[in-house]
Amino acid sequence: MTDSKYFTTTKKGEIFELKAELNSDKKEKKKEAVKKVIASMTVGKDVSALFPDVVNCMQTDNLELKKLVYLYLMNYAKSQPDMAIMAVNTFVKDCEDPNPLIRALAVRTMGCIRVDKITEYLCEPLRKCLKDEDPYVRKTAAVCVAKLHDINAQLVEDQGFLDTLKDLISDSNPMVVANAVAALSEIAESHPNSNLLDLNPQTINKLLTALNECTEWGQIFILDCLANYTPRDDRESQSICERVTPRLSHANSAVVLSAVKVLMKFMEMLPKDLDYYGTLLKKLAPPLVTLLSAEPELQYVALRNINLIVQKRPEILKHEMKVFFVKYNDPIYVKLEKLDIMIRLASQANIAQVLAELKEYATEVDVDFVRKAVRAIGRCAIKVEQSAERCVSTLLDLIQTKVNYVVQEAIVVIKDIFRKYPNKYESVIATLCENLDSLDEPEARAAMIWIVGEYAERIDNADELLESFLEGFHDESTQVQLQLLTAIVKLFLKKPTETQELVQQVLSLATQDSDNPDLRDRGYIYWRLLSTDPVAAKEVVLAEKPLISEETDLIEPTLLEELICHIGTLASVYHKPPSAFVEGSRGVQHRRIPPRAGSVESAESPEVGQSGSSEAPPAVIPSQGDLLGDLLNLDLAPPTATVPSVQPSMQMGAMDLLGGGLDSLLGGDIGGSPSMGAGLGAAPTVMPAALGGAPAVGGGLGDLFDLGGGVGMPTGFYVVPKTLWLPAMKAKGLEISGTFARRGGIIQMDMSLTNKAMSVMTDFAIQFNRNSFGMAPAGPLQVLTPLSPNQTIDVSLPLSTNGPVMKMEPLNNLQVAVKNNIDVFYFSCQFPLSLLFVEDGKMERQVFLATWKDIPNDNEAQFQIKDVHLNSDAASNKLQGSNIFTIAKRTVEGQDMLYQSIKLTNSIWVLAEMRVQTGNPNYTLSIKCRAPEVCQFVYQCYEMVLKN
Amino acid sequence: MIGGLFIYNHKGEVLISRVYRDDIGRNAVDAFRVNVIHARQQVRSPVTNIARTSFFHVKRSNIWLAAVTKQNVNAAMVFEFLYKMCDVMTAYFGKISEENIKNNFVLIYELLDEILDFGYPQNSETGALKTFITQQGIKGQTKEEQSQITSQVTGQIGWRREGIKYRRNELFLDVLESVNLLMSPQGQVLSAHVSGRVVMKSYLSGMPECKFGMNDKIVIDKQGKGGTTDEAAGKSSGKQSIAIDDCTFHQCVRLSKFDSERSISFIPPDGEYELMRYRTTKDIILPFRVIPLVREVGRTKLEVKVVIKSNFKPSLLAQKIEVRIPTPLNTSGVQVICMKGKAKYKASENAIVWKIKRMAGMKESQISAEIELLPTNDKKKWARPPISMNFEVPFAPSGLKVRYLKVFESKLNYSDHDVIKWVRYIGRSGIYETRC
Repeated sequence: MTDSKYFTTTKKGEIFELKAELNSDKKEKKKEAVKKVIASMTVGKDVSALFPDVVNCMQTDNLELKKLVYLYLMNYAKSQPDMAIMAVNTFVKDCEDPNPLIRALAVRTMGCIRVDKITEYLCEPLRKCLKDEDPYVRKTAAVCVAKLHDINAQLVEDQGFLDTLKDLISDSNPMVVANAVAALSEIAESHPNSNLLDLNPQTINKLLTALNECTEWGQIFILDCLANYTPRDDRESQSICERVTPRLSHANSAVVLSAVKVLMKFMEMLPKDLDYYGTLLKKLAPPLVTLLSAEPELQYVALRNINLIVQKRPEILKHEMKVFFVKYNDPIYVKLEKLDIMIRLASQANIAQVLAELKEYATEVDVDFVRKAVRAIGRCAIKVEQSAERCVSTLLDLIQTKVNYVVQEAIVVIKDIFRKYPNKYESVIATLCENLDSLDEPEARAAMIWIVGEYAERIDNADELLESFLEGFHDESTQVQLQLLTAIVKLFLKKPTETQELVQQVLSLATQDSDNPDLRDRGYIYWRLLSTDPVAAKEVVLAEKPLISEETDLIEPTLLEELICHIGTLASVYHKPPSAFVEGSRGVQHRRIPPRAGSVESAESPEVGQSGSSEAPPAVIPSQGDLLGDLLNLDLAPPTATVPSVQPSMQMGAMDLLGGGLDSLLGGDIGGSPSMGAGLGAAPTVMPAALGGAPAVGGGLGDLFDLGGGVGMPTGFYVVPKTLWLPAMKAKGLEISGTFARRGGIIQMDMSLTNKAMSVMTDFAIQFNRNSFGMAPAGPLQVLTPLSPNQTIDVSLPLSTNGPVMKMEPLNNLQVAVKNNIDVFYFSCQFPLSLLFVEDGKMERQVFLATWKDIPNDNEAQFQIKDVHLNSDAASNKLQGSNIFTIAKRTVEGQDMLYQSIKLTNSIWVLAEMRVQTGNPNYTLSIKCRAPEVCQFVYQCYEMVLKN
Repeated sequence: MIGGLFIYNHKGEVLISRVYRDDIGRNAVDAFRVNVIHARQQVRSPVTNIARTSFFHVKRSNIWLAAVTKQNVNAAMVFEFLYKMCDVMTAYFGKISEENIKNNFVLIYELLDEILDFGYPQNSETGALKTFITQQGIKGQTKEEQSQITSQVTGQIGWRREGIKYRRNELFLDVLESVNLLMSPQGQVLSAHVSGRVVMKSYLSGMPECKFGMNDKIVIDKQGKGGTTDEAAGKSSGKQSIAIDDCTFHQCVRLSKFDSERSISFIPPDGEYELMRYRTTKDIILPFRVIPLVREVGRTKLEVKVVIKSNFKPSLLAQKIEVRIPTPLNTSGVQVICMKGKAKYKASENAIVWKIKRMAGMKESQISAEIELLPTNDKKKWARPPISMNFEVPFAPSGLKVRYLKVFESKLNYSDHDVIKWVRYIGRSGIYETRC
């Protein structure tokens, strides 16, 4: 029997003929006709006119014919809603059929007929089918609930189908469970806040049991659902991991990837010193490697995911470099992804092999691949210092090939190598200059111009070279124009005598003939700098450049975390959050990795940080001294507030915040940093403000403010007096003492730097090690004037909490590195936890009650605060100054019970109950928090605030 | 979930179009044709996003299968499903071609209705599907038969139907390995790994419970520690065991049992299927060793001598041996002398190809060639690509041995002894290269 003939009827009057055939008495003829209709439908012809005739064929014993009619119905019911009603009776009848296959077929098809009127008739049959004795009907009905919900969500809720669906999670048949889970997960996605998929240890246990028994697809639904669960503690997390790991040996790659997702997420909760944690890490590598022997499309999905996993946990695959070597027959999309991962895994141990491979790739035919390979060689040079020399010589070899795009790509990366290893490989400049004429891409031209400007003193004809670019100045892209401007100014500062004309030419081109505001502004700044104070200009333009970071294209940590929660899905393939490509509300809720038991692993999102910083200071009736403090806060806010606003544009350089900040402030070579694109766009617009009075004003205010602080602030945020952090003996004469404060929602580190050495200190910079709450400098350390011997300077450094997170011991420990022109010094200090208490930490009463109940009693800690001579109201006022909010007060038998809430910058809530007995100077404090480690430190804050 | 599924021919004409979700319109069909099938450049990704709609595609000969969605679906699952879909179609009507698809479009729609519900993949095991999607309608089924079908489709053993009967219970096990090698000119192994598959053809009656055992190091060591066997025996068997880096199993294998006891137990599908895949990197038996010797005589002549040594039991025979010796681009002429087989210089492939039909173990053979070069002013040295080799040997280079495959069927009256079992080992070369 060949059906292809149905595709070939193209006669006129076809519809008319079909109509006649459909109404024929002969069964065979009818069937033939319906087949023709379906074939026409497939090719896209409109056969909706035949609706009544086709529906008439529905009443039949022939299952094949019935299925064909159903297919037609699903396609056209929407366009003929009134006629579709005609079909309802047959559906209802079929739902009663003794044959389960027919019952299921009816309920399955009915759900696909998206006509409002039909849905009402669907409810009764569906309800029956959900409780059908046959599992095949039940599993079909479960999916049908999701279909119905998509058409009419209200109806599904009103009819109580959701509860029936929830009951199906306990069904005896694994496939029914899996489909019910899939349906519930989908429905839950469109109600982000509903507690529909109420996952608790019992349901999780049921799911895990079904996991062992259901089909490969069912396993995927269940694993994807499990990934949304947050275990209560590390024990539960471990036991789930143990039951999920066998899935890593499944032949279906999707099952493996979904299992990896669950493990990656739940692993975060396990203590790192646990043996099991190490075992789990080891178990993850082999299945990931095995994924690379799947079909190419799946390899691509796997590689995109491995790219994320390698960024999150490089240790898993660090020994598996070889499997990522590109094979000759790999499709191009697999090749490009493998290359990406090779760069990430490159280390001193494997660099020789990697370089040999990369060199091989650079001679292939695919342009994109070759470019990426060349760029990869440059990245290796920057990442692994020992290999730099070999990388450079490899790149020179490649330049000799004279293949245009290879040369351009090589020059772009060599520029980065120069930045990383100054004064080492400049001997190759001559070779680079030979290829000047062949450069036609903006990025390569910009890189070459940067090199010429940077090393102008060593290139004899630098002025000629730059002049040649200047001829077509207006035809160049902005990137090249900006670079050319900076390069010529550099040249002028280095060789002022011969190049005066050139610099005037470029300045007038940039300021008078250009429409680009960035270019114009930069031109004006240089012009003024040069005309008012050439020495300052030299300091600014020729300033030493900060180091560039080793890794590029790292995904921002919060996004990475979200993507890890989406392993296996499209989001992980696109490396974008679902909201970027999914319409409407569906699936757009952000997923987070649960915090490690007790510690605070999840980094705070930037939005929260910003809204926190713009928050008004706490509403306390200010006393005299406090008023001064607050006023100053208000004034101080603008300059610090500019810092966070720069941040988003520096996405790639996020790790290198300090470097980026310094860079833009000093107006040096923005173009040279690896985050070039972003840096170039953002930096010039910030510069005028930064170079204008702002830093000076900031500093001045800081000084003034410190005076205010010295007077003391009775209420408001309690600031511990400065303590000595770094003795002069340990730091070649630099002494640092300091303290922390929270002002106007901004965390600040106040430091006094004293020079006890004989020589002047300059070039201060500061950086933090990763710490428990992700604290990081929100701007550069602003010590603008050199610090002369015996001079003390007070600086106030705004901090953000968006930095990388690592649990410290003790929790509030902060390791700091301070650099000056002499050396780098390290010290560690401890900050009061109250620093992290945010201004919007007042919880709703109802929420407080629910949360208090919700936190297990094991997490409660009790403390005694002794010798406090305050009544409960005064205490509560005082605490509020430090963002400890009293939500309710109850008096029972002469004892005041204060219920208080605190919110940390990383959105962890701490709840407290404080009992104050009149006349008794000892308070009892109970603290409850999901992360019990913090309790001790919260108690310390209470102690500190109440006693001072 | 999957919003729609389309099948196109090479021209971009739609052969099958099934839409599961309302958010996928008819224009999606055209969008894929215009942006992917008719695109001028080579396909750069198997996943394409066009106007917030994601298209997943795979190609089989000149047929395109595309799954479409607007949601954040499980991408790995979609591709696994598309492959599965191809398997199912192949099992029903053979090769996936335009003609076959057109001839079976009603069947394909029926299948699509069954294996994908609202975009969620359902049971897609051909064994189960063939029991009720037959193109003949459900007529003569009794009630028992019907419930048997539904319990199979939804049940724990979806890949096998009940009531299978064979007069002769028989099973075939093929251990198929591909051995990969990269060796330095000095004979040092730079990288080597074996990727293997165990393919089973089972013709067994009823619902047989099977247990598969191989010389997996972890299992053997565990047994050795059991204390019942004497230590010497434990040690000697330990030598013959192999370390498996990773393995994956067909869905019939009970994974949790493998995870806890490392035993491989299952109820097999009927007919041919892939029981497991594995990868090993340790103690690989390299069937051949290639010893190259290249000497440059002046600027216009190269002398090449290559010795191959077979490194396995003399009683075994390797077949289809082929050695490929690359020559420089400016080769003008080649003279070859070989002891065994035939050797030819193929100018179009820039290589000397030396073929030997059969070769026993522990033997060696040699080829020597004089390559004359055209003088060129190209300063670039010849990159000397590696010498590659192809062959087939009747043993498993990983050292894997099937220890047993036990069959239990309690309800029917046949036992493990009555089953006729066949085991075959085939080792083939993957990428087997020696640098020179």
